[in-house]
Amino acid sequence: MMLTHYLHKIASPQAFYLFCGRCLPWLIGLFFIVLALGLYGGLVTAPADYQQGDAFRIIYVHVPAAWMSLFIYLVMAINAAVALIWRIKISEVIVVSSAYIGANFTFLALITGSLWGKPMWGTWWTWDARLTSELVLLFLYFSIIALYNAYEDKRVASKAISILALLGVINIPIIHYSVVWWNTLHQGATVTKLDKPSIHIDMLIPLLQMAFAFNLYYLISLIQRARNEILKREFNSLWVKKLCQESSNE
Amino acid sequence: MAHFSFFILMQREFKIASRSVQQFLLPISFFSLVVLLFPLGLNPSPQLLQTIAPGILWVAALLAILLSLDNLFREDYEDGFIELLVLSPRPLALLLAGKVAGQWLIIILPLLLIATLFGIFLGLPSHSLSTLLISLLIGTPCLMLIGAIAAALTVGLQQSSVLITLLLLPLYLPVLIFGSSAVQHASTGLSTNPQLYMLSSLLVLTLTLAPLAIAAAIKISLSQ
Repeated sequence: MMLTHYLHKIASPQAFYLFCGRCLPWLIGLFFIVLALGLYGGLVTAPADYQQGDAFRIIYVHVPAAWMSLFIYLVMAINAAVALIWRIKISEVIVVSSAYIGANFTFLALITGSLWGKPMWGTWWTWDARLTSELVLLFLYFSIIALYNAYEDKRVASKAISILALLGVINIPIIHYSVVWWNTLHQGATVTKLDKPSIHIDMLIPLLQMAFAFNLYYLISLIQRARNEILKREFNSLWVKKLCQESSNE
Repeated sequence: MAHFSFFILMQREFKIASRSVQQFLLPISFFSLVVLLFPLGLNPSPQLLQTIAPGILWVAALLAILLSLDNLFREDYEDGFIELLVLSPRPLALLLAGKVAGQWLIIILPLLLIATLFGIFLGLPSHSLSTLLISLLIGTPCLMLIGAIAAALTVGLQQSSVLITLLLLPLYLPVLIFGSSAVQHASTGLSTNPQLYMLSSLLVLTLTLAPLAIAAAIKISLSQ
């Protein structure tokens, strides 16, 4: 009862705007602490890989970025469903804002993967299953961004991209497995094996720290984008006008 | 009664198309020209062409369908027919599915004929031609149905043809992969059951879900 009441309250654009504004400095502080810990652990204390030497350390950017690229799509699809079913404005805003950040992370994963591939596999790019489906994911993000920008009315645009995001989330596993079936060379996942991960614990802890830092970064940048978007959409409402007056008085 | 309206819409689509030959000729001339580019762009050695023929034929079919999608709802959207469909008491998803089915029927028969012809020209072994036809027969309705969702989303927009391409090509990959690999396996004498089963399951999935998404997308396009 308490929770639903709280959720209803936070789902109004004004409450969301103010609440997130208050959270932001704390999140930024936490982000820098976790990032520093992760980078120190990954670049300094983690032992070098017995096969790949120090070159493996790019894992601390590559793998979290690849995780985020999928995770953000999932967040986007969940919010798309919420936006279509319950017509919650905040969810619409989150779908759009996430698309841009997700595209960035996907691009980062592709670039770092390419940089890692050159010394390890001897090539910048191969038509391997995981690389290809990551590239397809980038285009799925692009298509969402392009469709959103094609519409004049941004509320209609949000509904349209919500449908597209849901279509994409049904398709991502199908695309992934069809591509796997088509061709694969990539090394298997080393962390998801729950019983005994094939990565050393000293290497794993910085990786998880970096993943947490990336999540925080996503949250921070999502909040900032969403707040901008809310101001743009609600510029006619009373509270935004009041806010503008206050800030211009200062 | 409801299933009756499905066939009426399908028939209407067919009647409109039969009034102009262009509707039948455009996709297949496009298909032929795309296929023609490959021997000219690569080199006409029979061995090379035979190995890449399944891919070429499937890519060309996919592009031909993509080309036809831009006009799928446009005229009906502009003259208000779509609005009448939305207002009708019959389920919108079913009506639109009838429209898509009609369009598919218009495209598929000429496409199958021309694909067979070019399959022979590109040196596909004759025993793999039947697989080519079956895979096109199962795969193209998936392409049409998924494409109709994107067409419905972009019907009210300018520059929709570029947008449709960007929206659809990533979603078309599984159908392309299974379709062309079925033909590839057939031409080397391997079993094609796995690919054809996968294609069929994709067809079942899109047949059940896509009409609902098309209806939702049309309503969104109308609301702006």
